[in-house]
Amino acid sequence: MSLQTRHLACTRGERALFSGLDLELETGTALRILGSNGTGKTSLLRMLCGLSVPNAGEVLWNDRNISANREEYNRNLTYLGHAPAIKDDLYAWENVMVASTLAGNPIQKNEAYDALDRLGLEQAADLPTRVLSQGQRKRVALARLQFCGHTPLWILDEPFVALDQSSAGQLQATMNRHLDNNGMIIFTTHQEFELNDDRLLYLDLNQGEAC
Amino acid sequence: MLSVLFCVAQRDLLLAFRRRSDVFSMLSFFIIVVSLFPLGVGPEPAMLQNMAPGILWVAALLASTLALNLLFAYDFADGTLEQMLLTPEPLTVIVIGKVLAHWIISGLPLVLLAPLLAVQYGLPADAVLVLFYSLLIGTPILSLIGAIGAALTLGTRGGGVLVSLLVLPLYIPVLIFGAGAVGAQASGMGAGAHLLLLGGVLAAALALTPWTTAAALRISLE
Repeated sequence: MSLQTRHLACTRGERALFSGLDLELETGTALRILGSNGTGKTSLLRMLCGLSVPNAGEVLWNDRNISANREEYNRNLTYLGHAPAIKDDLYAWENVMVASTLAGNPIQKNEAYDALDRLGLEQAADLPTRVLSQGQRKRVALARLQFCGHTPLWILDEPFVALDQSSAGQLQATMNRHLDNNGMIIFTTHQEFELNDDRLLYLDLNQGEAC
Repeated sequence: MLSVLFCVAQRDLLLAFRRRSDVFSMLSFFIIVVSLFPLGVGPEPAMLQNMAPGILWVAALLASTLALNLLFAYDFADGTLEQMLLTPEPLTVIVIGKVLAHWIISGLPLVLLAPLLAVQYGLPADAVLVLFYSLLIGTPILSLIGAIGAALTLGTRGGGVLVSLLVLPLYIPVLIFGAGAVGAQASGMGAGAHLLLLGGVLAAALALTPWTTAAALRISLE
């Protein structure tokens, strides 16, 4: 399994955010995308997911264009975007259950509770997410990752925002475990981050080339 | 595939139940609009009977366009729609689930309320029954076609007015056959032809609009 991009380009209005971007990601590796605000990190992630069409170039999954076999690609993909995809009027456990079913992996109520427990949300599981704090909502959104082990590719947009130190540590452990199981992760973050260095690649959008 | 469809429909019904005020305001709008006409045009029974099907149908059209804003806007705002686009299931299935829930929330109550409201227009019993059937077949078409408009206007400013401008012209055939069915029954011709035509439109809408809506959603989220 591999994810590749060929001559990927993104323009916003008149301005070219990046162009001629060639990436290749193998199993068991993570790619951290660096760049200041407005350099196109989220735009790049959305292109890699197939949510937006590249201005030029293509994204390939197993050497096939992702727009040509979208359903198969989606089976291999987990995307956590900027917006938390959490419903304010649903209880925390309902959110986890719905999110997991949408991702093609239906779970039972008690599994959703267990997942929230592991993230320290046992008190919040029966509350509507409307009343939770920003960090708790983020953790509810992240709880679904526990049911996404079957999708090799994770694309995470700012997963560490609003998390406290211990939750961030837990997320790092989850990510490391996913890499151990031959997963791939592409993510952005402005936080300091500890991941096994030999499998972490960097892409700096400030310079426009991979390093 | 069906589990995703039911999950989406069930979730939307649950959300509508927890945000009941949205649904009630739409229903109140329908009731008030329908009730204003006898006050405005006077209590002449023959005239009211003639106008009743048209008024009820137009009010139903307006009320259902009001409800269209609820269909995708919240999911768009909180990012759930992105997740729906990235599921392994076809997006069309999710669209069908959402439209089904939307019809149960916004269409079915109109179908059930309309016969009650028809009483104040003095419609005869058989005409009320035809009205009920025409709305029962017609309101799912409104939800199906409206979903395209709702998907296309996602994220635009003033989307509420825009969606009305987009979909109301498309509702015209439904209005003609729906209101016409009641008129035909009253004039003694029988409503069969109109209802069959309405059924045909429903079949076509069922077959075509979910795909169109799915394509429109992909465009809107880019």
